[in-house]
Amino acid sequence: MEWHIECEGVWKIFGPDGKTALQAIRNQALDKNSTKHRLNHIVGVADVSLKIRRGELFCIMGLSGSGKSTLLRHINRLIEPTAGRISVGGADTADMDKKALSRLRSKTIGMVFQHMALWPHRSLQDNVAYGLEIQGIAKKERRRIAAEMLAMMKLDGWEEHYPDELSGGMQQRVGLARALASDPDILLMDEPFSALDPLIRRDLQTQFLDLSQRLHKTTLFVTHDLDEAIRLGDRIAIMRDGEIVQVGTREDIILNPANDYVADFVRPLARSQFLKADAVMNSLTETELATNRRPEHCVPWDASLQHVIEKIAAVRQPIGVVRDDAIVGLIDPYTLLGALRTAEPIA
Amino acid sequence: METFDFSDPFQMFTIPVGEWASEATKWIVTNFRYVFQNIKLPIDFILSGIEAGLRGCPPLVFIGCAFLLAWQVAGMRTAVFVAAALFAIGSIGAWPEAMTTLAIVLTAVFFCCVTGIPLGILAAQNDLFEKVLRPALDFLQTIPSFVYLVPIVMLFGIGNVSGVIVTIIYALAPVVRLTNLGIRQVREDLVEASTAFGASRLQTLLNVQLPLARPAIMTGVNQTIMLSLSMSVIASMISVTGLGQMVLRGIGRLDIALATTGGLGIVLTAMVIDRISQGLGRSARDRAHKGWKETGPVGAVRRLMALIPASRTVPARLPQQEE
Repeated sequence: MEWHIECEGVWKIFGPDGKTALQAIRNQALDKNSTKHRLNHIVGVADVSLKIRRGELFCIMGLSGSGKSTLLRHINRLIEPTAGRISVGGADTADMDKKALSRLRSKTIGMVFQHMALWPHRSLQDNVAYGLEIQGIAKKERRRIAAEMLAMMKLDGWEEHYPDELSGGMQQRVGLARALASDPDILLMDEPFSALDPLIRRDLQTQFLDLSQRLHKTTLFVTHDLDEAIRLGDRIAIMRDGEIVQVGTREDIILNPANDYVADFVRPLARSQFLKADAVMNSLTETELATNRRPEHCVPWDASLQHVIEKIAAVRQPIGVVRDDAIVGLIDPYTLLGALRTAEPIA
Repeated sequence: METFDFSDPFQMFTIPVGEWASEATKWIVTNFRYVFQNIKLPIDFILSGIEAGLRGCPPLVFIGCAFLLAWQVAGMRTAVFVAAALFAIGSIGAWPEAMTTLAIVLTAVFFCCVTGIPLGILAAQNDLFEKVLRPALDFLQTIPSFVYLVPIVMLFGIGNVSGVIVTIIYALAPVVRLTNLGIRQVREDLVEASTAFGASRLQTLLNVQLPLARPAIMTGVNQTIMLSLSMSVIASMISVTGLGQMVLRGIGRLDIALATTGGLGIVLTAMVIDRISQGLGRSARDRAHKGWKETGPVGAVRRLMALIPASRTVPARLPQQEE
């Protein structure tokens, strides 16, 4: 397995003397509040270790103040960690000199910001081509790439216009075009769609998913919106008070929340829509497999619960679950009711 | 031994600040006068250049140039106003004095900008430097100009060059303050975005911070210009010529005619420079994103050029070469 981005034991303590404060926190096992009151330092990120695969769309979810944006800024070293190691593509970013760091930021990593952060005095093409300008690419080539990127974001013909002439959704598409202009390996997205209204947000999420499936960029996507994280993320990390509470796929997070905090978060979501047949079935042992006769009706192992319910309602008898052409389990109406009862507890 | 009098505690002692200042000035004058005389040289060089140019320029040519400049930077209405105001200065008989005052003001503003803008940039980048600079600026802005008039005369002598120096001291603060403020007010995420795309601090300063702080910096320059002009009457006490001297002489001789002419000249000059310098501070956004080449006289000429049929600009020899 190739890890594209690795964080190991990353700490960020804000304050005049973070290193000493960290020592005190480690020795005395202080929590966030007592650090603030006794040491007058603020814990931004607390002992975070993460590994992200090449091409993965990884969501970091948390409420405001949970340290998710701070953690994101460690990847391109906009923020220096107090302790810990961050490596991108196997290279430790702490070892980079100014030139290498500039190259990492302008070439390897593209970033999208919450409030777009387009420069109002630069035309759209000059906004998009800024990273290329920093890399020292000639003007003609810059203009060509900028036009190409704007066209990809369906903004062709807007090259000479200025950010204040655009709506919020269009501006964030320019933000995305700017991040993609130097064809980076990694995208860092800091709540890119949270400043937009819900319809535009959904539309941009769809466009982004489509784009991301085509471009296969390793993406770190920060959001405070669980629906967004569930919709976009291959894997999701949930953060609270600077710590990572749980990392997993959307099914992991929803069906097996690590603690009450995560459970509280995922409660509003209809969990049954994420359940699949193999999570509900009664597994059969080897002997049962051998002795039991094959049921007349079967569903695939990854059939949705909806599908299972329809099937049982139609055939009015227990059905089998098939994986790789073999029966792996049985679902009868009682099992189904039990599963639904656990999935959607009556509050 | 006297008893301590609570109703008047300061009877017992006095700190002789005045004497210290006097001694210090005398010491500097006797030991370092040559240093200050050398500081005069670049100022003298630029001042005499500008003054010779302005006074040598025929008034109508000057008014024409000012009209075109104002049209370019601030639009047609301002340009008409500028031309009318300059014409009025000439009509009331204050033209040569106005040119001398303008030369002193421009020289002072030039030196204020070349020192003030870098100081402001440094202050914006470095909190410690700002902390040190701020009381110095407070001092410059509040100390009455009469206080440093005498030491300046002792160090630099009298005349227009000394006038420029007192004007610089008087007018430096706003450009420093507003440059600092303008850069600090640039949105944090715009600066962060520049860093995130690999720009160094210098690149971020040149590409993002300075362009976005330009309106604030130009307001500072504008304020510096206005303060320089208002200094012209006080500066005339150390034998600086120009409009200020007309006013001072008018007061001295109770000559209302002369004082009014000089005063009106100062007001009109101030309005002319103010309108032009404010025009320079407008951002591209205020001009509806039209480049400077598309507006004003330059734009007019370019539009006129575009009207000339393209066929006439093609060399006539081209068809012959094909034969």
